Amino acid sequence: MKIILTVTGLDHTGIVGAVATELTRQDVNIENVSQSLMDEYFTMIMQCSFDENTQNLADLQDAMKKVGEAQKVKVRIQSEDIFKAMHSL
Amino acid sequence: MLTDSNANILETIQMIEEDKLDIRTVTMGISLLDCADSDGEKARQKIYDKITSRAEKLVEVCAGIEAELGIPIINKRISVTPIALVAGASSDTDYVEFAKTLDAAAKAVDVNFIGGFSALVDKGVTPADEILMSSIPRALCETDVVCSSVNIGSSRAGINMSAVKRMGEVIRETADLSADQHGFGCSKLVVFANAVSDNPFMAGAFHGVQEADTVISVGVSGPGVIKRALEKVRGESFDECAEAIKKAAFKVTRMGQLVGTMAAKRLGVEFGIVDLSLAPTAEVGDSVAHVLEEMGLETVGTHGTVAALALLNDAVKKGGLMACSHVGGLSGSFIPISEDIGMIASAAAGKISLDKLEAMTAICSVGLDMVAIPGGTTASTISAMIADEAAIGVMNHKTTAVRLIPAVGLEIGDMVEFGGLLGRAPVMPTHSPSAEAFIARTGRIPSPVHGFRN
Repeated sequence: MKIILTVTGLDHTGIVGAVATELTRQDVNIENVSQSLMDEYFTMIMQCSFDENTQNLADLQDAMKKVGEAQKVKVRIQSEDIFKAMHSL
Repeated sequence: MLTDSNANILETIQMIEEDKLDIRTVTMGISLLDCADSDGEKARQKIYDKITSRAEKLVEVCAGIEAELGIPIINKRISVTPIALVAGASSDTDYVEFAKTLDAAAKAVDVNFIGGFSALVDKGVTPADEILMSSIPRALCETDVVCSSVNIGSSRAGINMSAVKRMGEVIRETADLSADQHGFGCSKLVVFANAVSDNPFMAGAFHGVQEADTVISVGVSGPGVIKRALEKVRGESFDECAEAIKKAAFKVTRMGQLVGTMAAKRLGVEFGIVDLSLAPTAEVGDSVAHVLEEMGLETVGTHGTVAALALLNDAVKKGGLMACSHVGGLSGSFIPISEDIGMIASAAAGKISLDKLEAMTAICSVGLDMVAIPGGTTASTISAMIADEAAIGVMNHKTTAVRLIPAVGLEIGDMVEFGGLLGRAPVMPTHSPSAEAFIARTGRIPSPVHGFRN
């Protein structure tokens, strides 16, 4: 399953590391990353994929939510479908 | 990853998190025609069994989609075949028990509302229709989530004024029966002209006889998204306004199409329609009135309001039509008083009148919706208000509806609290001269000449 993971919040050391480490632990492959900083505001968008037969979306969302809480940023995981549906003809 | 797709991703997230974009309702329409039985008790058992088996997984599937896409689905609802058509086969002389069965079935599958305690009497009234209308006051006051609607007119058949008279009395009776809640029972009762059979929105949803056995339909919400789009074209021409609304409506509707098709597939039923109606809530940032004000009106209800609404309604449709496979339901802007913070403010300040509201209903869906009127309003005045709205609908080939709440115990200017999505409404003044003799005529107002298009 293809997902879009977005991270937003105040910038500090270690956000990318924490997110990437947990994704590795969850056996999620990072296919594309884009990260930017506007003033103090950190934004990262990752396109990832995982095997639906071995990994469950709800569990993954829970695990990444915990990372977000620990890092004091907001981490969302959404199916790629919502963005495709809204923005492509 | 391309930067424009990044911007698109962040735009979608902003729409959901800041502009309150959500799926207002996923509604499962269920045909109960096969539940008719000469024994009322058996019919009710069949109804309960069918609803609870068909909709068993509705809430669970919606919760899954909500988590997967990250978009809130506010309401899960069920609409059923108009009960007068199903209960008519029985020898029962009161249908309140049918309403209680619907209530119990809806609660068993944990949906927010169930609609279809309904009768279609635009041309004539069967004994079953009469029993149903007589059962409405108790049905609404003795159940929690059952919604009722009655269609009293159509462009093809004209206006059934006898039914209009009857429904004025039914609304009056319902208000009096729920007097301790200032007539709250009436918030679950809609009187229609040109009712549609695939409307996913309450309180007027029912599952028409021409529909498939089980169908999923979706209603979207998105006044916040439209307002944000208009903020970017402040001071520009109306051409720019219309373009901005169309583009935003396209995106909003795509969400409805996606969620609807996903839900239908996972539930193993047909996908019906997306209703393009812009549905407001009483929360900040979710107001149709504020969209109109963003176009340059100081307060909704002032001169220019109808023109602004005409542009909005039409642009939303044009944007939405291409975004989904089948459009249906009411598909116009909703302008309820109690469910829209901008409408509440304008009505409370006396800046929007019932007459202006009526004019607005000539060009959008659906009608005098969630309007609180003085508690002592007579049945004939209520009937006359229904007749005026029906005339607008029948003559213009559009749906119109009346959901009036005679706020028992309250006077003009008092605020009625309904709670939740139903919001709150100030009691608005009606015209005082009587229409008693007009309503007493009964019979039918013939259909307009352009009702015959063959």
